[in-house]
Amino acid sequence: MSFQFTEENEKKFADILSRYPNKRAAMLPTLHLAQEQNGFISEEIEAFVAQRLEVPIVDVREVLSFYTLYFRKPMGRHHIRLCMSIACWIRNCDEIKAYLEQKLGVPSGSVTEDGNYSWEAVPDCLGACELAPMLQFDKYFEGNLTREKIDELLDGIQNGHKS
Amino acid sequence: MPIKKIVSEFFGNEDARRLDWRIQRGGYEAARKALRTMSPEQVIEEVTTSNLRGLGGAGFPTGRKWSFIPKDTDKPKYLTVNADEAEPGTFKDRYILEWDPHRLIEGVIICCYAVGIHKAYVYIRGEYVRPYERLQQAVDEAYEAGILGPKVLGEDFSLDLYVHRGAGAYICGEETGLLESLEGKKGWPRLKPPFPAVVGLFGCPTVINNVETLSHLPKIIENGGQWFADLGCERNGGTRLFALSGNVKKPGVYELPLGTPLRELIYEHGGGIQDDRALKAIIPGGASSAVLTADEVDISLDFDSLAKAGSMLGSGAVIAMHEGICMVKALHNIEHFFAHESCGQCTPCREGTGWVYKTLSRIVAGHGRMEDLHALRIHSRNMTGTSICALCDGAAMPLGSFVRKFEHEFEYYIKYKRSYVEARSETVSI
Ligand SMILES: Cc1cc2nc3c(=O)[nH]c(=O)nc-3n(C[C@H](O)[C@H](O)[C@H](O)COP(=O)(O)O)c2cc1C
Ligand code: SF4
Ligand code: FES
Repeated sequence: MSFQFTEENEKKFADILSRYPNKRAAMLPTLHLAQEQNGFISEEIEAFVAQRLEVPIVDVREVLSFYTLYFRKPMGRHHIRLCMSIACWIRNCDEIKAYLEQKLGVPSGSVTEDGNYSWEAVPDCLGACELAPMLQFDKYFEGNLTREKIDELLDGIQNGHKS
Repeated sequence: MPIKKIVSEFFGNEDARRLDWRIQRGGYEAARKALRTMSPEQVIEEVTTSNLRGLGGAGFPTGRKWSFIPKDTDKPKYLTVNADEAEPGTFKDRYILEWDPHRLIEGVIICCYAVGIHKAYVYIRGEYVRPYERLQQAVDEAYEAGILGPKVLGEDFSLDLYVHRGAGAYICGEETGLLESLEGKKGWPRLKPPFPAVVGLFGCPTVINNVETLSHLPKIIENGGQWFADLGCERNGGTRLFALSGNVKKPGVYELPLGTPLRELIYEHGGGIQDDRALKAIIPGGASSAVLTADEVDISLDFDSLAKAGSMLGSGAVIAMHEGICMVKALHNIEHFFAHESCGQCTPCREGTGWVYKTLSRIVAGHGRMEDLHALRIHSRNMTGTSICALCDGAAMPLGSFVRKFEHEFEYYIKYKRSYVEARSETVSI
């Protein structure tokens, strides 16, 4: 079955298009929308976006390979991005990284076997250095990380405390 | 004297992002004043008088930047608000977006009125989900209340404002990388000239301003440019937000007049150094700025003083490091970031940031050679002023300064294949 926007997302897509003088400029928001719906950008979605924005597929692919927030393969149910940049490094993010790796059992950049989590340690500052060391859990930031806090975060999820 | 809070007035107040609450406290009065009682030229004049300078990093005088936009053009003009905030150590714009988005929207209205702009985009980094949600909600509210749209605040002036999410690339904070990205392409910075003021977004005249820069406008219009100028120091108007992080007791965002001593920020507002250890080094304006030693802590926090000291005030991101931090590893961390974020367009940047990172990785792994230090110094020179955008210079600034100011730590690491700091702490604890 080929990829289509849901009815609601089709409306959002029309709204996105109305904001720019040309279709190409809707590239990033359209990819965000598609990823929200599908979880990642498959080759099929690449073609879909190219067709809807009336650009060659290579243009979509070039954008996908340039930006880091688009996933090109399925990710875990929850995605964790651990900040490794300077302010977090000063506050010992290396230790948090080692603990996360031990706890999740897979190296940065991969998905856990049960498919619950994917995680990556990123060299970019996530813009919340006052919370260092910090991470992004799905959409939101969690800071002042300790081993206990990581336990709470991950075990809480497993026990269904968090959606 | 109590410290004047301008843009941080409502930080931490859950009500402040609600339009009705904000309107009760003077929200949008300055925009109304500008639209009703001032000509666009008068607005630009107040902003020029205020000595407001760009708070995104470059410190360019805002009034002057606006005056470069051609007056008689058939093309539409655009404002793009830079909310990409990705310079390591910087997190101040996030506070405005999360706590007081209406202040930014009001600033956008004032800027657009002054320059004759009817369409504005906020380019917000993709990782900022909560700030995005809060800003979008405020924009929706402003449209519903007739503050944005065909008749701004009921006046004969139309303005559309759209929030556009980025997708994870530091280089899109560079103004022309941002424009490319907003046009739906990879964020490769453009060769200048032409400058965005003439050929910007979609080939049209474009103003690019930082979130905080624009958020200062309402108070400048309310109280006058001179009032703002008097708050700061010579040629550096007003206050700005400092994002303080690293080894301080109270990291956070502090709004202080330009010209405040760095010492005051760290020891009074930041509560001093963690565990009362000795301060060793300070990055004063984001990872792209040259590092300062503890001896330089009395410097005045303004654009000109920092430039004179060979560094920069940049994005206002101050990162403190105490005696327990290894300068070799700190630089290694910073250069990893730049090597990762170089867009790859220019040879000195693409190759330079890669070599530097590899060389530092080798030193940190204990395989460094004394010649490496010389090579690092040469790289820092060759990476300055040789590329399309300032990312490369931003990588060279910490490189040159860390190696020069902490040369002994680099030499020690190469000679003994271990960190000077770690070696010393072991000796002390024996
Ligand atoms: C590599 C690089 C990254 C930048 N990132 C940002 C950023 O995240 N936010 C920002 O406001 N300015 C950033 N700037 C500065 C912008 O290019 C530009 O000077 C600024 O947005 C102009 O607004 P202002 O005059 O209000 O400061 C960056 C510059 C460079 C060279
Ligand atoms: S200096 Fe670096 S980041 Fe800037 S355009 Fe050149 S390669 Fe890209
Ligand atoms: S360094 Fe980690 S959030 Fe800034």
